[in-house]
Formats: sequence, structure tokens, C-alpha cells
Amino acid sequence: MRFDAAGLRKEFPILSREFDGKRLVYLDNPATTQKPRAVIDAVSRFYEHSNANVHRGAYRLAEESTAAYEGAREKVRGFLNAASVEEIIFTRGATESINLVAYAWGRKHVAEGDEIVLTEMEHHSNLVPWQLLAQEKKAVLRFVPVENDGTIDVTRAAALITPRTRLVSMTQVSNVLGTINPVRRIAELARERGALLLVDGAQSVPHMAVDVRDIGCDFFVLSGHKMLAPTGIGALYVRKAVLETMPPFHGGGDMIRQVFLDHATWNDLPWKFEAGTPNFADAVGLAAAIDFLSAVGLDALQEHERALTGYAIGRLGEMAGVTLYGPRDVALRGGVVSFNVEGVHPHDLATILDRESAVAIRAGHHCAQPLMKRLNVAATARAGFYLYNVEEDIDRLVEGIHKAEEIFKT
Amino acid sequence: MSLEGLYQEIILDHYKAPRNRGSVENPDIDIFESNPLCGDEIRIQAKLDGRTIQDIRFEGKGCSISLASASMMTEALKGHAHDHAHKYIDGIKAMMHGEDKLNDEELGDMEALKGVADFPARVKCALLAWTTLEKALNDRAARKG
Ligand SMILES: Cc1ncc(COP(=O)(O)O)c(C=O)c1O
Repeated sequence: MRFDAAGLRKEFPILSREFDGKRLVYLDNPATTQKPRAVIDAVSRFYEHSNANVHRGAYRLAEESTAAYEGAREKVRGFLNAASVEEIIFTRGATESINLVAYAWGRKHVAEGDEIVLTEMEHHSNLVPWQLLAQEKKAVLRFVPVENDGTIDVTRAAALITPRTRLVSMTQVSNVLGTINPVRRIAELARERGALLLVDGAQSVPHMAVDVRDIGCDFFVLSGHKMLAPTGIGALYVRKAVLETMPPFHGGGDMIRQVFLDHATWNDLPWKFEAGTPNFADAVGLAAAIDFLSAVGLDALQEHERALTGYAIGRLGEMAGVTLYGPRDVALRGGVVSFNVEGVHPHDLATILDRESAVAIRAGHHCAQPLMKRLNVAATARAGFYLYNVEEDIDRLVEGIHKAEEIFKT
Repeated sequence: MSLEGLYQEIILDHYKAPRNRGSVENPDIDIFESNPLCGDEIRIQAKLDGRTIQDIRFEGKGCSISLASASMMTEALKGHAHDHAHKYIDGIKAMMHGEDKLNDEELGDMEALKGVADFPARVKCALLAWTTLEKALNDRAARKG
């Protein structure tokens, strides 16, 4: 059966918007995705029908909201195939999840001289928290280089992961290059050398089937807003044996068992790591997003994006002034395409695409400044595809690039 | 607001053939700044003679708006006094809110930057050179007490 992206698009109210009479073509999906009616309605319905603070209420409404919140946790567990809901912590997103690990796990388990292995393609959110930890602990950061084809070389990674390595932390899919990293093999390497592995799933879990036990990672992070869910909700998976060794992150209500004037004891997993009133309404939205994605089918979605990526690389690749970044083999990448147009700065390109063709793309460093240095560019333009994009969107992109070349007469 | 209002010939001309690009020997002002949003970079160097900007040059990586604006700035300020620089800095900032503080004669080529006010996402680009120079002048004034 053909993937019905045009039909799915109708489920997204915002995608019927027009600018200057042109249908909005939204290609800024790696930054955030649009929301289907089902997610918007799930959140509205929660507020209209079930809203009450979770975990403490002795009345039926609070029981309902608690059930909805804990049901969302079970939904995330199932989506990632984690062993237990005790391993799923709700956070604000990938960034907060990584900071939680750096603070609660890192400050306990990383000491002077220990090493943390990252890659050169990490988003700032999977780099800066480790810089802060390394500075505090006098630990050392090591980087798996990005090869010229936009991939990482497992042999070079293997050489960097040593018995001094406490943690390897890397993205599963690059938000700039689209590269899919071989996290399963990295997990084996880490395990052999006694290191843990954190996988940044912000750009993978929205677009492909993920199984944290199959990967064999110890930590996995995601952001809801990049997978059809509301902003402000995300999750962290931590393998239970690791989570049990971690002290709390934030202190406050809900994360405690008993509180005395001078000390406190901790709640059970996972609530020990969720201080204060959690974002239960948006967790319900995340559960609805997972239902939506599951109904579409992650394998079919990945295939659809792969076809679009192949089409985009083909069309852009035949333009004389366009430089493409990332692997040429679409089997090695997700639906993110970064490029530059000779003589036209990405910002100018983004402005022209918007005003001329109602095409929304991103221009800049994509929160990956070290990768920009590695690619020897100040910035790139980036188009990222999702379940509601069609080939015509890429035609509109190409048409807009031609217009930009005309304005700049390159 | 049309794209033509933003990408006027004069802007594209300054972008493709920037004036006063390069560095200054023994500069009195030497400042590097980047735009954290987009990574655009600029380095401004200037030679002062008393309160006069004897020479001013820039290097940078950026979009047409930020580089054209920097190029126009060096043209407008070279050979003029500090006070003149502050007047222009204020004037260009006001222009980005659609306010006319400088007349057409004072503006010269910079009149072309008026179109940027209709593109809020690009205002930071147009102002990068100006706010960077302002910072350098203020830092220098503060050091001198
Ligand atoms: C690979 C990757 N990691 C982490 C993040 C951070 O996500 P958030 O800003 O939702 O916390 C992003 C967002 O762009 C990303 O692309």
C-alpha cells in the first residue's frame, strides 16, 4: 500500500495554513513537528474532563488524572520496549534528560581522569552538560571524528573507548547530517570495556522503530515535541540496575517518601526523579502522539522518509550550485538534508523560500557549532521530512532555491 | 513587504563587493562578536586619532544583510568622530523599528536597510556590525573612565 502522506496531512490543522495564497510547506521538522488533531484533542479533553494534580488526590478526578499520567508512562515504555515503567522518567525534553544523567549519574560515577566519549556531530545539548561535568570533575572528553562522508568509523570509535571510559554518549540520528549511527555496535564496544552508553534519540525515535533493549543502551533520551507531541514533555529511559545507583536530580515534592527537618528519604522509582508537579497534561498528549505514530507504523514511515530523502538528494544533487552534506547512501540516513547554495547565505535562502514559496526550512548552525567547524562552514540550510511531507514539497523547495539564485544572480 | 524591498541592488552590491574589508595595523579597536542565533561572525578593527575614526575595517562570515550592513557602516563612519558613530548607531537601531532618526542624505546607501524592518527575523543580522562597534566604543570609554 502506498503511504498516504497527503491524507495524513489533513489530520494536521496547521498544515492547511496558507501564506500569500500558497499552501505552507513545513520542512523544519528536526526543530519541531506539527501536531495532529488527535494530540491537540487529547490535551484539550484532559483539561476539560480529567484535570487534577496527580498522585495525591483522594477523589475520583485525581485518580483519573493519575491513571492517565501513569498510562502515558506505560505507553512510552512500550514504545521503547523498556523492561519496566520504573525505568521511564518524564522530563521537559531531551535536554533536561541529558542534564539529569550528567548531574545525578555523572557526579556520582565520574571522577578525575575518567573519560567520556562523544562524537563531533553532537547537538549542543549532548555536549555542554558533559563539558560542565568534565570541568567539575576534571574528567576528559574524547570525540569520535566525523568522516568526510558524514559517518563515524566504528574502528576509530573502538580505539577511543578504553577502560578509562565511563560513558559513551552519542546521537542515534544526526540533526544536521541525517546520519544514522551504529549505536548497537557501540553498545557492544562500551559494554566490553565497562562503559555505559547514552543514546540521544531526539531525532531517531520520531522516525524509526526503536528498542532500547535491542540497542543495549543504558540511557535513552527523547523530546515529545519532535514526535507530534506538545512542547515541554520528554522522557528519559535508564536501565534499572543503573538507575538504582543514582541519587536524585531535583529535590521537592513527589520525589520523597518521608521528610524531616534535616533530611529526607526517597520515593520509589521512577518518581524519585520527578520532583514537583509533573507535566501530566502534556504526557497525555505524548501518549496520543505515540498512538498516532503506532497507527501509521514506524517502518512504513521510515520507508516514506527514505523515499523523500532519496528524491531530495537527487533533485538538489543535480543543481550546479548546491553542496550536500551527509551520507549519499539513503540507507545510512534519516530524513534530514543539509545543504548550501553557492553565493547565497542560508539565512537569505530561508527568507526567500519563506516569502517566495511559503517553504519553512531552518538556516544556521543547528545547535551543532563544532560540526559546522568540521564541515568548514559557518552555517547550512536544512530541510527535514515527516509523515505529512510529499514530493511536491521538495519541488517547491527546489523552485524556491532557483528564485534565490536568480535574486543573487549566481 | 516584498523581497525586492529587502534585497535591493545596493544591498547585493555591498554584499558581493564589500567596502573596507580586511584588517587595520595596530588597531585601537579590535573586537570580535558572533550572533549566537545563527553563528554569523564579525571582526571590526579601527584606528583612532583622538576622537576621530581614522580607519575602520571588518572581516566576517554572514548573510547578505549582515555583511552589507557592515560594509555600509565602515563607509559611513570612516573619517568621522565618535559622536557621529553614536548618532548612526542610534539611527540604524531606530530604523529597525520603523523610526526615522536620520534623513535620506545622512543615510545614503543605508536607506536600503529600511526594508529589513519588515523582516523581524533579520533585524539582528542588520544590527550585528552596529551593536558590535557600539560595544567596543563603550568598553573603550569605560576603560578610559
Ligand atoms: C539530536 C538532538 N538532541 C537533542 C536535542 C534537544 O532537544 P530539546 O531542545 O527538545 O531538549 C535536539 C533538538 O534539536 C536534537 O536534534
